[in-house]
Amino acid sequence: MYEFKYHRPATVRQAANLLVKNEDAKVIAGGHTLVPVMKQRLASPPHLIDLSHIEGLDVIEMKGRSLVIGATAKHADVATSPIVGEAIPALAELAGGIGDPAVRHKGTIGGSLANNDPTADYPAAVLALGATIVTNKRRLKAEEFFQGLFTTALENDEIITKVMFPLPKKAAYVKFRNQASRYALVGVFVAKRPSDVRVAVTGAGSEGVFRATAFEEALKKRFSHKVLDGISVSPEGLNSDLHGSAEYRAHLIGVLARRAVEAATAK
Amino acid sequence: MAKISLIVNGNPVNANVDPRTLLVQFLRENLRLTGTHVGCDTSQCGACVVHLDGRAVKSCTTLAVMADGHEVRTIEGLAPDGAPLHPMQEAFREHHGLQCGFCTPGMIMTAVDLVHRKGHDLSDHVIREELEGNLCRCTGYQNIVASIAAGAKAMAKSDLA
Repeated sequence: MYEFKYHRPATVRQAANLLVKNEDAKVIAGGHTLVPVMKQRLASPPHLIDLSHIEGLDVIEMKGRSLVIGATAKHADVATSPIVGEAIPALAELAGGIGDPAVRHKGTIGGSLANNDPTADYPAAVLALGATIVTNKRRLKAEEFFQGLFTTALENDEIITKVMFPLPKKAAYVKFRNQASRYALVGVFVAKRPSDVRVAVTGAGSEGVFRATAFEEALKKRFSHKVLDGISVSPEGLNSDLHGSAEYRAHLIGVLARRAVEAATAK
Repeated sequence: MAKISLIVNGNPVNANVDPRTLLVQFLRENLRLTGTHVGCDTSQCGACVVHLDGRAVKSCTTLAVMADGHEVRTIEGLAPDGAPLHPMQEAFREHHGLQCGFCTPGMIMTAVDLVHRKGHDLSDHVIREELEGNLCRCTGYQNIVASIAAGAKAMAKSDLA
């Protein structure tokens, strides 16, 4: 790891000011993506701004009809929170399936979203549930936030502060893990919302998380896995690598979407 | 350099560290607590698991500066020197839960954290799921799972948490 200067702001405003003042600075919360890439020297930020000591940034609460999760809430906190379990059990389950127990004790929802790894789990939930990402500057809809591989709408001095999830009627997340890395080879989050149905896919797209709109339209008419029979996702634009071809991933999306709809209906 | 103050195995520690120092490096090289191992160094194998404020974390993926003001417990902190082993350590000895022993400190710290979170009556299925982040290249896990199930039960009757 290359040398860096370490900063520990007490507020989001201080953190944002540090970002403005120090070009190429990086924000760290749990560090479970950033530290590994710094160790591999794939990233070498000259300044590291630690958000983990900012009070109140990890609060999980209901606000009106929305579940609000603070940016530095850890995966383990989301997985075991009775508030999340009550409001969106599928989200608690998703968080409980990220990485392993030790990783879940450190990794944060804000970090996962800001990184937008194409195989991360949270982006699928945020896109399918139609969540709003709140930063120190503005509110971003999920569909404008994710902008491709490891790319988001976040500006240089912008920090995620919380994520607001509207409550779905039914939801479920099913993933197929890569046998070695344990990341999602494909993960599908299905959400039956008051006005529509959304199906978001992670792990498969060469541009990161995306919505399977053909599935959404069919499911909007009738929320049953049976309506997905005969509908498939095109392998075009899907990843193809030693772990699985684009065709294999396309097939998996269909299988997992069916399982997710079944799981959501069973709840 | 950055000044840090933390509690390690119940003892206050103050130090000046380069911010890029990993917690595992700090424990092993500065404090000479070499029970915590570096296996893969890529957050996968779990040989470096310690408790940070009572929760299992991978110390190879945690910066020492981020542990400032917090409490760390390592394998050395499970039972006092010269005293009988912690029940989870004893269970690994009794049930032959190791061969080369390299992964054992991380296995045991993960197991103790698991008992704190999920109690003393652990099914094999739960134990195997919870060992997702700990790799052993010798045993085939069978005896590790047996050790953890027995250790979890023994912890219920022990003063050592």
